[in-house]
Amino acid sequence: MLDDKDRIFTNIYGWEEAGLKAAKKRGDWDKTATLIKKGREWIIDEMKASGLRGRGGAGFPTGMKWSFMPKESDGRPHYLVVNADESEPGTCKDRDILRNEPHKLLEGCLLAGFAMGAHAAYIYIRGEFFNEGSAILTAIEEAYDAGLLGKNAAGSGWDFDIILHRGAGAYICGEETALIESIEGRKGQPRNKPPFPAMAGLYSCPTTVNNVETIAVAPTILRRGAGWFSALGRNEKNAGTKLFCISGHVNQPCNVEEVMGIPLRELLEKHCGGVRGGWENLKAVIPGGSSTPLIPKGTCENIHMDFDSLREAGTGLGTAGVIVMDKSTDIVYAICRLSRFYMHESCGQCTPCREGTGWLWRVMTRMVHGNASVEEIDMLYEVTKEIEGHTICALGDAAAWPVQGLIRHFRPEMEKRILEYRKAAA
Amino acid sequence: MKKPFELHAEYQPANFAFRNGTKVEKIINLYPKGRQQSAVMPLLDLAQRQVAEDGAKASPVYGGWIPRAAMDHIAELLDMPPIKVYEVASFYSMYNLAPVGKYLIQLCTTTPCWLCNADAIVKACTDHLGIGLGETTKDGKFTLMEVECLGACVNAPMIQINDDYYEDLTSESMKEILAMLADDLKPKIGSQKGRKASMALTGPTTLEKEAKKAGVV
Repeated sequence: MLDDKDRIFTNIYGWEEAGLKAAKKRGDWDKTATLIKKGREWIIDEMKASGLRGRGGAGFPTGMKWSFMPKESDGRPHYLVVNADESEPGTCKDRDILRNEPHKLLEGCLLAGFAMGAHAAYIYIRGEFFNEGSAILTAIEEAYDAGLLGKNAAGSGWDFDIILHRGAGAYICGEETALIESIEGRKGQPRNKPPFPAMAGLYSCPTTVNNVETIAVAPTILRRGAGWFSALGRNEKNAGTKLFCISGHVNQPCNVEEVMGIPLRELLEKHCGGVRGGWENLKAVIPGGSSTPLIPKGTCENIHMDFDSLREAGTGLGTAGVIVMDKSTDIVYAICRLSRFYMHESCGQCTPCREGTGWLWRVMTRMVHGNASVEEIDMLYEVTKEIEGHTICALGDAAAWPVQGLIRHFRPEMEKRILEYRKAAA
Repeated sequence: MKKPFELHAEYQPANFAFRNGTKVEKIINLYPKGRQQSAVMPLLDLAQRQVAEDGAKASPVYGGWIPRAAMDHIAELLDMPPIKVYEVASFYSMYNLAPVGKYLIQLCTTTPCWLCNADAIVKACTDHLGIGLGETTKDGKFTLMEVECLGACVNAPMIQINDDYYEDLTSESMKEILAMLADDLKPKIGSQKGRKASMALTGPTTLEKEAKKAGVV
């Protein structure tokens, strides 16, 4: 279990004010200029050495991502874009940073922006987070008034602006190029890559898109040192601390900052009062937000919550949105409801996703009642394989994986339903 | 789930103009020169809010929505073809393109909320208001809408009414909120079980020192 002294987000529950005065007492904006004066290379090297991997779901090494930005500007401005479009079912960690720790995010923007040669950051927040957006706007205003943003931000010699852009209800805008399209004033439809955003992103300028949590942990990492962060966690590839969101059938659902790689069972029992009805009442867990395939109780026994352990188990850490389901759960409906989610959120650009997500939902709806044939389970699996990897962005994959996970682990339950339906009909 | 979007419906007003010109200018100036199209989303939001202000004073009352005239006006302001504005407005779920009730109730029923009995919250609303999903009460006060994940899953079941989240709901607390809004009172937003943000209801399991200092334990 993580020691309190190693926790980055000490106001994650909003016990104290979110404002600048309280944030400074918590250590935010402490000698930011001295970090900047160590230079771009130093910041990127520290981030690389810390082992921080992107907290938005894909887990790409952050320092490396920042290093992809051109070293010299060719005349085009560089941009940092913060992805605060938190919409993955099961995930609600960024919301707490936005409303309770906004200054960690803003300071992170300045440091990250400087490291990639950007003088401006856009924070793209989902439209539904109206109050959280207002908290960010207040924090931005405070930071400008205190000279922490604007010309010579925080006395660093670097000019830096932050602009808040509100979304308006579209899960797809969490995909980085859809998000960029959205800021540019269009429908949020992902772009083909290449060109990658680091070459041509926002307004066709070099751009890096990072998740809120990734940016918000950067100041603490740079202040306490890469060695401190990388020593936490299971190994150097799965390092540091992580915000977990535990929802569903636990006694005390909550968000909590824990060490990367904490055993799932420890996470649920230490912080969430355990599974409703006891550990033996557990049926399955979706470990990293809705798009990661579920794992059955057997796998949950000894699994560690980090990128590589979960990948080995055929799933992923994703956003660390842990959805717990006890034995009372209609597991087929639980996944079917996710199929409906992806159908609703498909942007409609690529045929396999636009048509496939609707097809998955319709077949899954029949599976809920058992109104299908056993062969259709195989067909369902095959169609998910036709969607996966055949679309511009990963939404197609995200729609396919939950269904694949269900078939992989709960096929007998699906078959039983089909037989029962037949029996009742006969 | 398809959005109603009728450009020639009888409820479409003939004209629309922003009341607050300085605010419009400020929004456009947030973005680099020549990139004014970026302002389309904030301006659509501003239009919806202006209509909501009018609606609050009207009889019967109504909520925020975006008339075609507003979209055409925004197109002109930003030098965009109107169809590009319609495209954006119809793509994102939060822009209402037809009149809605003063209190737009968005019920989350995605898996994490569903696991925590979101169905009971939906039923509490439909029973209490006597309308179905996608419908508006006769007095123009309430519209019920089923939505996808609102991103407050550890506080499930939860809903959004206009700008605010109501979390940790039960059928009883849901009905109380509706009763208060019927009288235009302001229900407490956030957790209806009295917990702070996303910490465990029984108290924090971390940050002992901070919890003591804040008087949480």
